[in-house]
Amino acid sequence: MELMVNGKMFETTPNISVIELLNKKNVESPDMVSVEINGKILSKDKFTITCLQKNDRIEFLYFMGGG
Amino acid sequence: MDYTDDQLERYSRHIILKDVGVEGQMKISNAKVLVIGAGGLGSPALLYLAAAGVGTIGIADGDVVDLSNLQRQVIHATGDVDTPKIISAKQKINNLNPDVNVVTYQEMLTAQNITKIIEKYDFIIDGTDNFPAKFLVNDACIFSNKPFSHAGILKFFGQTITIIPGVSTCYRCIFHEPPPLDVVPSCAQAGVIGVIAGILGTLQANEAIKFILEKGNLITNRLMTFDALESRFRDLPIEKNPECPVCGENPVITELMDYEQAACKIRIQ
Repeated sequence: MELMVNGKMFETTPNISVIELLNKKNVESPDMVSVEINGKILSKDKFTITCLQKNDRIEFLYFMGGG
Repeated sequence: MDYTDDQLERYSRHIILKDVGVEGQMKISNAKVLVIGAGGLGSPALLYLAAAGVGTIGIADGDVVDLSNLQRQVIHATGDVDTPKIISAKQKINNLNPDVNVVTYQEMLTAQNITKIIEKYDFIIDGTDNFPAKFLVNDACIFSNKPFSHAGILKFFGQTITIIPGVSTCYRCIFHEPPPLDVVPSCAQAGVIGVIAGILGTLQANEAIKFILEKGNLITNRLMTFDALESRFRDLPIEKNPECPVCGENPVITELMDYEQAACKIRIQ
């Protein structure tokens, strides 16, 4: 199925969970990102139980602490 | 208050704008903006706010200028090394625009002192360089109902969001709490391209000025990101989070805290 990940089309197997997608995209630690699905922030405790649907828009939002 | 001929000349390119005019410029002259951190983000923000004629500019920073700052912190110069940043920044602002009343706070903001400082200002710019400070600014502005501009930069990337407390998405709606120590590198550890500070800090000044003028659309309910390698902005809509620990429906954070100290305590235990 097709997802939009960080603004780009991403082809993946159906029923992939958020944590599996993070692994697939080489995000080493869930502590490093916030995940947004279709405009809503997903709390970290739901990363393993949330499965993505076709055409979902997913954004990995990274911490940036510099100034 | 009436403008002198020199002031009319100085601000003429603003005054000629339909959305500013003398009335809008007067709003700028009467505005009070606090910039927390006179570093990479704070430098361009301060310079543009001063040039625009913001009547009162507060600067809070406890650091002195370091040689490694000068690659991006454009309000400071080579001769300012070892000088407190607030003094260096104040001198530049006074030279640029004597109309501006500069108020300085030579201290790092903490849970104890931040509320008393921000309450005097209309709009706050977060130009801090670490997570404990960014979360402290967010929470203090939420509790004190102060609109503010958040920004963060790292490597070739930057992001910014403007927060109207209680109304729009806050920093904690997106990032619930600071990352564990050493998971996310700092600019000192990972590096930062100088101009990214200029781009993001200038966007923050623009937000302050639009807020003062009550014109245009603020960067609210969206995170604006910039990739300096691709030269590409992205605008990510993010709804206010009902589970936000500070501005959500059942907030669990009800008072200010200093994260660095909390982290140290955990380490000692």
